[in-house]
Amino acid sequence: MSGRFTWFNTTSLTLGFVFLYLPILILVFFSFNESRLVTVWAGFSTKWYVELFKDEAFLDAALVTLRVALLSATMATILGTLAAVVMVRAGRFRGRTLFSGMIYAPLVMPEVITGLSLLLLFVAMGIDRGFWTITMAHITFSMCYAAVVVSSRMVTFDNSLEEAATDLGCTPFQAFIKVTLPIMAPAIISAWLLSFTLSLDDLVIASFTSGPGATTLPMKIYSQVRLGVTPKINALSTILILIVTMGVITASILTKRAEAQRKADERMAEA
Amino acid sequence: MDKKLGRFLLIGIPYFWLFLLFLVPFGIVLKISFSDIAVAIPPYTPTFDFESGWEGFKALLAELDFENYIWLTEDDLYWTSYLSSLRIAFISTVLTLLIGYPLAYSMAKAPSEWRPTLLMLIILPFWTSFLIRVYAWIGILKTEGLLNQLLMFLGIVDDPLQILNTDTAVYIGIVYSYLPFMVLPLYSSLEKMDGSLLEAAQDLGCTAISAFWKVTLPLSIPGIIAGSFLVFIPAIGEFVIPDLLGGSNTKMIGKTLWAEFFSNRDWPVASAVAVLLLLLLIVPIVLFQKQQERAQEAEQ
Repeated sequence: MSGRFTWFNTTSLTLGFVFLYLPILILVFFSFNESRLVTVWAGFSTKWYVELFKDEAFLDAALVTLRVALLSATMATILGTLAAVVMVRAGRFRGRTLFSGMIYAPLVMPEVITGLSLLLLFVAMGIDRGFWTITMAHITFSMCYAAVVVSSRMVTFDNSLEEAATDLGCTPFQAFIKVTLPIMAPAIISAWLLSFTLSLDDLVIASFTSGPGATTLPMKIYSQVRLGVTPKINALSTILILIVTMGVITASILTKRAEAQRKADERMAEA
Repeated sequence: MDKKLGRFLLIGIPYFWLFLLFLVPFGIVLKISFSDIAVAIPPYTPTFDFESGWEGFKALLAELDFENYIWLTEDDLYWTSYLSSLRIAFISTVLTLLIGYPLAYSMAKAPSEWRPTLLMLIILPFWTSFLIRVYAWIGILKTEGLLNQLLMFLGIVDDPLQILNTDTAVYIGIVYSYLPFMVLPLYSSLEKMDGSLLEAAQDLGCTAISAFWKVTLPLSIPGIIAGSFLVFIPAIGEFVIPDLLGGSNTKMIGKTLWAEFFSNRDWPVASAVAVLLLLLLIVPIVLFQKQQERAQEAEQ
């Protein structure tokens, strides 16, 4: 269906995207405000960025968040990919229904319940709460998202490629590493990026599972926001938005390029 | 590598992780919801002692009771929280649908070379921190905020409106945060619709508007249902939005659970609230699952 822009379509697209983006633009705009108020413009200034980088507590929290996110995204992608292989390839085994239930349930579980239940587990097991408990909690819910992302790509995978590899003398394990994984790479990378962002964003689960000494950036932002709005938070938000936007755009350009490369290769193979 | 062992490890590793960190914790929540609050570490009684073995376990079971659940039914706070969570989630879902539908429709009808960009523009805010997007609204909705400044400048109101810390602010927050979840399934069901059906309807004498009501809308129902569940289910248990944008009268169950745990330090009651919240969610989740299965079958 070749579409076109009618007046109705143009209006609703414009209104819709203004609604989605205007609040974020306003937030960014007021991070450069001279005044302490975030609603009255008093001239351009970058002093809130300077103050932000002088604030040790924020820098510490950023470091904790980054470490948790890197570690948990990597672990979640590995476990999630394993889980995806199990769901798509392993066929029947005892407890399969329970397994897929445990993959899908965390996706719809309210964060307050996930947070509370993990905390009660850590307390019952006598584990000290802090960096490691947050990381474990994040691995658990991110791996389910990773499993869904990877498995949705894996079901469209052409098994004959792997069979061809084994016919040519690969062991099944070698075939998986040399043929399947490279083809799955874009999905695995998206799974990692998704896990990383989920970990970076999480307030509720981190609040339940953290202990003294481990404060993540969202926890720090939340406690500041409860005290009132300050341009420092706007400055921090602007930096985070910038990083995420650049990441998403780079990722989409890379996937587009990989797609084009793949198509070119296929044409070459056919010729 | 031994093939059987490999398969065992492949299934066993993710299975064990999820079992230990997802299923076992629920068992613990369930157990603590039957326990009593205590001034101790951890702040509930009885606690299980592995050394006491089977006898200890029986003694533990004997001490559990439904006291917390009876308490929840007797105190109005919990009833109002559950009911108003359902109400707020329902109203927000309807609002999200009303705003999301024209947006998804126009995206699906846009020139095809524009569609990937439009889709990306819908997904991009989803990658931006939830907390930051909710925070952005505080400055807009405050009494001295930008929306009130605009309304007074235009002469629509004389005195600033109280929007922040009301249910209205919570609706705005939920609609804003969950809009992509509504638009994406709507878009995918509208985009794959066969355009010749509309032409046929118009050839048979329908006006463009009646063709929409008789052809487009019925065909997009799977998208409407999927999008509505994707907004409704997480909105029920929402904590951040009612806490930051809602007022002290905005009672939502996620907020009540948080307060019970962090302010009152009553772990057993917080656990009982969690169990009941889960029961409340089971119905929409099962319905959603059924609908997804039916949609998948219809496609094949």
